[in-house]
Amino acid sequence: MAAAQPLEHPSARPLGKPRLGPQARREEREFYLFISLWIIGFVLFDAGPILASFAISFTNWTALSDPQLVGLANYQRMLADPLFFTALWNSLYFGVGSVGLGLIVSFLLALLLNQRVWGMSLFRTIFYLPSVVSGIAVAILWIMILHKDFGLINSALAAIGIQGPGWLVEPQWAKPALILMSLWGAGGSMVIYLAGLQSVPQHLYEAAAIDGAGTWGRFWNVTVPLMSPVIFYNLIVGFIASIQGFVLVLIMTNGGPANATLMYGLYLYRVAFQFFQMGYASALAWVLLLVIMLITAAQFYFAKYWVFYEGDLKR
Amino acid sequence: MTLDEMPARSTTAAAPRRQPLLGLRAQALVQRIIVYALLLSLSVVFLLPFLWMLATSLKQSQEVFSYPPSFWPSSFEWQNYPAGWTILPFTTFLINSLIVTTANVVGNLLSCSLVAFGFARLRARGRDVLFLLLLATLMIPREVTIVPRFLLFSQLGLVNTLWPLVLPAWFGYAFFIFLLRQFFMSIPHELDDAARIDGASTLRILTDIILPLSGPALATVAIFSFIGNWSNLLDPLIYLRSQELYTLALGLNLFRGVNFTAFNLLMAVSIVTLIPVLVVFFLAQKLFVQGVTLTGMGGR
Repeated sequence: MAAAQPLEHPSARPLGKPRLGPQARREEREFYLFISLWIIGFVLFDAGPILASFAISFTNWTALSDPQLVGLANYQRMLADPLFFTALWNSLYFGVGSVGLGLIVSFLLALLLNQRVWGMSLFRTIFYLPSVVSGIAVAILWIMILHKDFGLINSALAAIGIQGPGWLVEPQWAKPALILMSLWGAGGSMVIYLAGLQSVPQHLYEAAAIDGAGTWGRFWNVTVPLMSPVIFYNLIVGFIASIQGFVLVLIMTNGGPANATLMYGLYLYRVAFQFFQMGYASALAWVLLLVIMLITAAQFYFAKYWVFYEGDLKR
Repeated sequence: MTLDEMPARSTTAAAPRRQPLLGLRAQALVQRIIVYALLLSLSVVFLLPFLWMLATSLKQSQEVFSYPPSFWPSSFEWQNYPAGWTILPFTTFLINSLIVTTANVVGNLLSCSLVAFGFARLRARGRDVLFLLLLATLMIPREVTIVPRFLLFSQLGLVNTLWPLVLPAWFGYAFFIFLLRQFFMSIPHELDDAARIDGASTLRILTDIILPLSGPALATVAIFSFIGNWSNLLDPLIYLRSQELYTLALGLNLFRGVNFTAFNLLMAVSIVTLIPVLVVFFLAQKLFVQGVTLTGMGGR
């Protein structure tokens, strides 16, 4: 339920009259003084770069030559660039696959752990641990785990008589392999779901049981609606995070085989830092921003059909 | 049944209508057994990659690529660890990682405490709008700002220095500000008021009242900052050119590039780079869970 925490100051008194007394004016000055570091950072590292990349996207800046305005040429180039569409498709495939399956796996893990089992904190540690370690060491580990002949997964499959695929070397298996790997980190959102489950009031289950709801009925009519804001929150944040994650791919496959794992971020990185086409890279960045905003807006739009907020009942 | 999120006792209410085949006690027992069987087998699945990593790091090089593959090393080659470590100047990389990570943790703690205190405790026009703006920055994909940030740092002549990896942390980070603000708001206002009556300045209230009471939240920020920066590869990849500036993550990437088949040594060095993260995790596990539940975010 943490996601639904109110943003307002709990004891915030209304600001009152527009004309502020000296006390309030001093407090306001102090407020801006205290947050000044963030404002500088926001301008330098967030807002400034976003506006700059919008401007750069209309130039042919290569970081070697002076930029010249080229109008919409970068955006036109994108429409004719098959790699742009490949990268967009790969990222959406990975995003939907890893967030969707990740949701199911982490939710089921949370349900299991919420059984008030003995040793719950030990199991929680075990499931959570992989999501804490990240970065290159994990990428190297998974190159090995997914290895066609010597990998852990194919060895296990061979033990039960199945010939495993060349996970990272066959185009049709590379994306599923990356999604599989991402599931290892499902413990991160599991902890969030577990906290949510533990805040579901017991009396609702008891009321549902008295009304004759079985296990499934209680799950579907009590747990799922009450958890839906947390699920919604995790979908939004998870999707944005999954679209961004390309460092692992850079190390594990470098976009291969046959561009099957060329993620959007990886393509952008290449255009910017290997081909030094800052103009085109900025255009790619802006299209990504628009795609993410569209998808997030769509998620918010559809949320009203399935996300349930307890506060709604009280109206 | 595995979806049942309720303890066994509450099945009693629905049971008379259902006429269970087994007695209730037996049913509960079967359910328990299924739950534990699932938990144990899933634990094995989640832990196996770590064990495999450890096992591989101790194998002889020809054993890594033996067929059929073996899980357990036939002999424990502990010298893989010093051998891997000295292939590249990993001690230099370690020092760079320590510098970058420490500077980030300190910068995050200082800047985010100040900003979070402002948002949590001081009233001002425009505060709520600015706070929404702050949260919105969490939604900006890194790719959108990566190019202009690089151009900014290259204009400043800071490419191929450690500055681009360190400076941004000193200007606050939305996720940590949010986390600290949520925590600061849970501290009773009466404490501030009492201090104010005693003549304490606003800054004194932060340093003498709020911060001493915020140990767990500050520790959570320190840990998330540490882990995030320790494993950060993208920024070092973009900004560092000279090998003597490489961080551990970037050094490991270099090692992988030049010596791709020495998987046992690669695993050994990888494990060494993970040790600080694992130690911090086990020492401060409670804080992790607290941080996650306080903000509803997994520390991304």
